[in-house]
Amino acid sequence: MTQQNRLTSGGRIDRSKPLTFTYNGKQYQGFQGDTLASAMLANGINVVARSFKYSRPRGIVACGAEEPNAVLQLGATEATQVPNVRATQQELFDGLVSASTNGWPSVDTDVMGLMGKVGGNMMPPGFYYKTFMFPQSMWHTYESVIRKAAGLGRAPREGDPDRYDSINQHCDVMIVGAGPAGLAAALTAARGGARVIIADEQNEFGGSLLNGKETLDGKPAAEWVRAVVEELGTYEDVLMLPRSTVNGYHDHNFLTIHERCTDHLADIAPVNQVRQRMHRVRAKWVVLATGAHERPLVYANNDVPGCMVSGAVSAYINRYGVVPGNELVVMTTNDYGYQAALDWADAGRKVVAIVDTREAAVGDRTEAARKRGLNIISGSAVIEVQGSKRVTGVSVAAISASGSKVIGSVTKLKADTVASSGGWSPVIHLSCHTGSRPVWNEEIVGFLPGETVQKQLTAGGINGQYETAAALREGFDAGQKALVEVGLAAAEVVLPQAQMLKVAAPMSLFHVPHLKPTSQAPKQFVDYQTDVTAAGIEIACREGFEAIEHVKRYTAMGFGTDQGKLGNINGMAVAAKALNQSIPETGTTVFRPNYTPIAFGAIAGSHSGALFEPKRFTAMHKWHVEHGAEFEDVGQWKRPWYFPKAGETMQQTLNRECLAVRNSIGILDASTLGKIDIQGKDAREFLGRVYTNAWAKLAVGKCRYGLMCGEDGMVFDDGVTACLGENHFVMTTTTGGAAHVYEWLEIYHQTEWPELEVYFNTVTDHWSTATITGPNSRKLLAELTDYDVSNENFKYMDWKQITVAGVPARVFRISFTGELSFEINVQANYGMHVWEKLHEAGEKYGLTPYGTETMHILRAEKGFIIAGQDTDGSVHPYDLGMGWCVSNQKPFSYIGKRGMNRSDCTRENRKQMVGLKTKDPKQVIPEGSQAVLDPKAPVPMPLEGHVTSSYWSENLGHSIAMGFIKGGLDKMGETVYYPQADGTVIEAEICSPIFFDPKGERQNV
Amino acid sequence: MSDLNVMTPEESAATKAAVMNQVPGPEIQGQSPLHHADLESLAQKGPKTGGVHLRELKLLGHLTLRCNAENAEQLAAVERVLGVALPLQPLTSAENGAYSIRWMSPDEWLILVPGMETFDIETKFRDEMPGHYSLVNSSGGSTVLELSGANVLEVLKKSTPVDLHPKAFPVGKVVSTLFAKSGAVIRRSGEQRYELVIRRSFADYIWLWLQDASREYGLVIEA
Amino acid sequence: MLHIYCPHCAEYREEEEFHCAGQAHIARPLDPEACSDQEWGEYLFFRKNPRGLHHELWVHAAGCRKFFNMTRDTQTYEIKEVYKIGEQPSVVAE
Ligand SMILES: [Zn+2]
Repeated sequence: MTQQNRLTSGGRIDRSKPLTFTYNGKQYQGFQGDTLASAMLANGINVVARSFKYSRPRGIVACGAEEPNAVLQLGATEATQVPNVRATQQELFDGLVSASTNGWPSVDTDVMGLMGKVGGNMMPPGFYYKTFMFPQSMWHTYESVIRKAAGLGRAPREGDPDRYDSINQHCDVMIVGAGPAGLAAALTAARGGARVIIADEQNEFGGSLLNGKETLDGKPAAEWVRAVVEELGTYEDVLMLPRSTVNGYHDHNFLTIHERCTDHLADIAPVNQVRQRMHRVRAKWVVLATGAHERPLVYANNDVPGCMVSGAVSAYINRYGVVPGNELVVMTTNDYGYQAALDWADAGRKVVAIVDTREAAVGDRTEAARKRGLNIISGSAVIEVQGSKRVTGVSVAAISASGSKVIGSVTKLKADTVASSGGWSPVIHLSCHTGSRPVWNEEIVGFLPGETVQKQLTAGGINGQYETAAALREGFDAGQKALVEVGLAAAEVVLPQAQMLKVAAPMSLFHVPHLKPTSQAPKQFVDYQTDVTAAGIEIACREGFEAIEHVKRYTAMGFGTDQGKLGNINGMAVAAKALNQSIPETGTTVFRPNYTPIAFGAIAGSHSGALFEPKRFTAMHKWHVEHGAEFEDVGQWKRPWYFPKAGETMQQTLNRECLAVRNSIGILDASTLGKIDIQGKDAREFLGRVYTNAWAKLAVGKCRYGLMCGEDGMVFDDGVTACLGENHFVMTTTTGGAAHVYEWLEIYHQTEWPELEVYFNTVTDHWSTATITGPNSRKLLAELTDYDVSNENFKYMDWKQITVAGVPARVFRISFTGELSFEINVQANYGMHVWEKLHEAGEKYGLTPYGTETMHILRAEKGFIIAGQDTDGSVHPYDLGMGWCVSNQKPFSYIGKRGMNRSDCTRENRKQMVGLKTKDPKQVIPEGSQAVLDPKAPVPMPLEGHVTSSYWSENLGHSIAMGFIKGGLDKMGETVYYPQADGTVIEAEICSPIFFDPKGERQNV
Repeated sequence: MSDLNVMTPEESAATKAAVMNQVPGPEIQGQSPLHHADLESLAQKGPKTGGVHLRELKLLGHLTLRCNAENAEQLAAVERVLGVALPLQPLTSAENGAYSIRWMSPDEWLILVPGMETFDIETKFRDEMPGHYSLVNSSGGSTVLELSGANVLEVLKKSTPVDLHPKAFPVGKVVSTLFAKSGAVIRRSGEQRYELVIRRSFADYIWLWLQDASREYGLVIEA
Repeated sequence: MLHIYCPHCAEYREEEEFHCAGQAHIARPLDPEACSDQEWGEYLFFRKNPRGLHHELWVHAAGCRKFFNMTRDTQTYEIKEVYKIGEQPSVVAE
C-alpha cells in the first residue's frame, strides 16, 4: 500500500507510527498526526462523495471545518456508526473505518450519474419550495429516489456504547481559536492572572502557524507555539481545550464547546472514559480569534476532484507532508494564492501556472514566485476545468479588469490540481449567534463582525488581519483589554518578531466569467454540498427572489451540514450581480448555532438511560418493587399503579383490590401528595384567601377539604388542610401540583400580601403517608397504638398525634375512598418500619396493597374529583357541583371569587360534572369520549360534553363514569350518546356522580 | 407504649404550633434516603482509592428556621439556643460543634443538628423565640452527602452550574442550586470537601448521577 | 441563556435557576368586586409585549425562592437592572 502523494520528510506527522484505516471497504495506511483527509489524499483517493443533486464525483476541497465534500460515515460496528464526520477534522487512528455517504451503489460507479444527471433535471432550483406547493403525495415519489441515491449518512440502529457528558465552566476570558491571535491573547490574559479558557477545534494549538513555513523570532513558528502552550500549562487558572469546537455563542457570554475527548483514539472510548464532552462556559469576556476561511472561486466545472482552495494545498504540504497532486494550476485574486505554488514547488512537484486575475500585482509573495521562475499569467482566469473524476486540464483566458467577461483567447493547460483563492472570509459565525449582524468591508472584500451587546473582543483573521504580525498584536491587545475589564492589571508580554510581508491589493472577484452566459456554461458551483450553481442563483433572482434569505431558501444554498461556510458569500455576490446591486445591498448572511454538526449523544450528555429524568421514590419504594408493583409516572414520582398477583390480568387485580377495600381493608402509599407546613398568626387568614371555602373556624385537631382556584375562578388544585395549632397548619396538595401550589402561596405572600405574618415550608419528602382504608382499618390501627381510636374519641375529619408501631405519628381520619380511613404520617426515615408493621398485623384482615388505579376507581365510585383529570382549567367549583365548597360569607375577596362571577361563569348551560351510567352495564365508555344528544345527527354533530373518568366498578357490578354535560345538573335521568371511532355508539344515562354510599355513612362509622 | 413525647393538640395550641418528637426509641432503626443503596457494604467491599470520596451523613436533625433577620430579639434567641449567631450574609454558614447553620434566603436558614437532639432544640426554640417565625422539622425529607477528594470539583462542575472556583466559592460558602436535574444545597466544608443537602425522593437519582459522574476518577464510598 | 444577578443572593446565577413569572407591577385590584368584567379581564389577561425595555417578575426558583423584578431589553436581552419587590425601576422606557 503506497502513499504516493506523501513527502519523504516534513510535516507534523510521525512516520514511525503507521496507522491502518479503511475507506469504502479497502485498507490504506496513514501516519500518526494525519487527519482522515490528509491520509486519503496521501493515498491518492480522489472521489470522496457523489453530489447531492447531480451525482457528480467530488473530492476534498479544504482542510478544516469548512470542508463541504468529505463528509463521511464512520464506525467499525453498527453501534458505533457516526454520520456527518468531516474527514478534514477527524484524526486518523489505527483501525478507523470510514465510508462515503453520497453515492449508490458506490461513489465510483454511480447509478444516478449513469442515468445522466437525472437528479439535476428532477431538482431544479426551487425544488423543495415547489414540491411543497404540490400535493404531498408527489413528495414521497421524489423522496424515495433522493434519499436512496443521495444519502445523507445514517444513524446507528443499535445503542451507542459510548458515554457523553457536560461540564459547567466559568472564566474571566474565553478565547476562541488558538492561532497566533488567540495564543497571544491567552498568554497575555494568563500572565495577568485571569481565569482563562482557550479552545481550538484542531488536535493541537497553533492554527495557521502550523500550516506554513513562517518564522517567529527567526525560528519556526511552531517553536513559539510550543513555548506558549508550555507556559499556559503552568497556570492553574488556564484551561486549554484542543479538539474542542466552540459551537455556540449565546446571550450574556454563554458558550457551548464540543470537546471530542477520545474520537482520535479509537472507534469506542477507553473504559470509563467519556467520548465527547460539552463545556457550558460562562465568560466575563470573550475573545473571538476564529481566523478566516479561504473562499474558492466560482468557475466552470470547479467541482471536479482536484479543485481545492489554495490554503488547503499549502496546509496539506506543510502540516501533513502530502502533496495532493502532480501538476498545479493556481488561480488567485490576491497575493496569498501564490503561497500554494511556492509550497508546491518546494515539494518538488510541477507548478504549471499561477493565473492571477489581477493585471499587475506586486507584493512580496508575487515577487518570490517570480524569482523562482514560476509561470505567472496575469489578468487572466481559469474559466473552465476538464476532467470527471480528477482534473485533467484547465482553460485559461484573459478577463476584463472588472472580471465581468472573457476578453482573450482560450489556452488549454494540462494539470491535475487547481488551487483557487478568491480571498478570505473572516469566520464571523460565532459573532452572529447572539444576533449581531455582520458588516461588509470593501477593503478586505468580506464581512466583519458587527456591533454587539456582548462583552466580546475580536482579534486576527476575524478582523481581516491576515498577516501574523498583525494577528499577534491584536491578540495581545485583546488580552490586555480583557484584563483591564475584569479588574486585573495589564500584563507584560513581548511579542515575537514576525516577517512583515508586503501585500498587494486583492481583486474583488467571486464568479469567474465564461465564454458562454452563465445559464449555458458548464456548471459553476457555489455551494458544493447542496449543489447550488451560479446559474441556479440567477434563476432564483429571475423568478423574483430578491432578498438573500429568500434566495437561500429557494436554492437551498447554505442549507447543508457545512452551513455554506465556503459558498455563502460567493452566492451573495452572484445574486448581487444578477440583481445589479452591491453585496451589502443584497443583504448579509447570518449564522446560527451550531457551528459544526454535533452528535445527539453529546447534546444529551449524561442525561440518558436511567439518568434521563429523575425518578422520585417514596420511603416504601423498595417494598413496592419487592411485592411486584406495576408503576405509574405521576410527575417524576414512581407510584405503585397496581399490585398484580401471578396470573392476574390488570382488571382482575383492580377488581380484587377494590373489593378488598370495601369489604375489609386496603393500604395505599400516599406519601407523594404535596405537603406544605404553614405557620404564623395570619396563616388562617391566608388559607381563607387562597381556598374558596371558609377557614376562620377550623379548630385545632380538625381537618378540612379545600378547593383552590386561579383568579379566573377555575379550579386548579385541591386537598385537605389540617389545623395543627392555632397558628399552624399543614396543607396537602395533589402529587403533581405540589411545586406549583407552593410557588402560588409564595408569590401571593411576597408580591401581594407581605404584611400577612405567615411562613410556608415544603415538607412533602419529610412525611411518609400510609393510608389504611376499609371497614377493618380501625381494628388494625388499634392493634398498633395505645391510643383510643374509637369513633367517639377519634372522629371523622379529626387528626391525632399518636404513636403507631412505636413511631410518633400524625394520623388524619380523612377518606378519599368513602370508607373508614386513617392516613398515618410518620417521619419518612421510619416510613418503611410502620408500613411493614401494618402489613404484619394486617395479614389476618387480608390487608391488600393497592395503587393509583384502584384509588381512582374507589374515589370515582364516590364521585370525588381528581384535579387535573376531571378539571382542565375551564371549570369552576359550581360546574363541579361543589358549590358547598365555596363560601361567600368571607369578608376578603379570595382568589377565584371575582373570576367565578364573570358573566361567562354564571351563564346558563355551562358544562357541568355529572355521573354517567351506561345502558349496557358492562360497557365502559372510553375517557375523552364526546357526548351528543342525537347520534344520527349530521356530522359535525353538536357536542354536549365529554367523559373525564371512566372505570369498571367491581363493587357495583357495572361501569361508572364522570364527565361534563352542558347544563348537566338539570338533566338527571336524560340519555346521552357517545359515538366511538369504530362507528359504534355507547348510550348512557345522566345521573349523580355519587354511585356508592350516597349518604356517606361508611366513612363515619 | 406511652405518648409522653407527643404533645396533645391542646398543648400545641398553647404554643400556637404543633411540636412533636418524631424520633422513636432506639429499638427502631431509621432508614435514611439512601438506605437501599447499602453504602456500608459498598464501603467495605468497594475500592479504597479514587478521585472522589462519598459519605452519607445520615439521620441528622434538619430544622428549617424562618424569621426576621432584622429582629434583634430573634437573633439573640437563636444564639442562646445554638450558641452561634445566624449567618446574615447571603450564601454563608456558621458552625458550633455539631451544629451548623446554612443561609438559605434572607429569611430562611437550615439548621443541622445531631438527630437525637432535634426535639430538644425545637423545644428550646419554642421556649426562646419571640415574635413571628416558623420552625419546621424536615429531617425525614433530606439527607447530607459529603463529597471529597482530588476530583471532587470536576464531579460538582458536571452537576451544577454554580461557579465553584476557590476564589468564587471559599470554605463555608453555601448555595442552593440545581444539581443535575434535581437540586441541592451545597456547602464547602473544607479545602476539597463539600456537603450536599438533597431531598429524600431525589436521593436515588443523585446517587446514580454521582456514580456516573465520578466513574472516570474512581468513586470511594466511606461509611 | 441569561446570566441573572439575584438581588437576594447577591450574586450572578444561571437562568436555569430562575423562572419568569410574567410582567412586573401587575397589582391585584384592592376591591375585585368593584371591577367590571372588562377591568377584571384586563387585570387577568392583558400584558405588554414591548420591543425594548420590559419590566418582568422573576423568582430564584432553585435558589433562595424569592421573587424580584428585572428590567430587560427584549431585543438585545440585556438586563438593565434587578430590584426587589416593592421597589420601583430606575431604568424605564422613554
Ligand atoms: Zn437568590
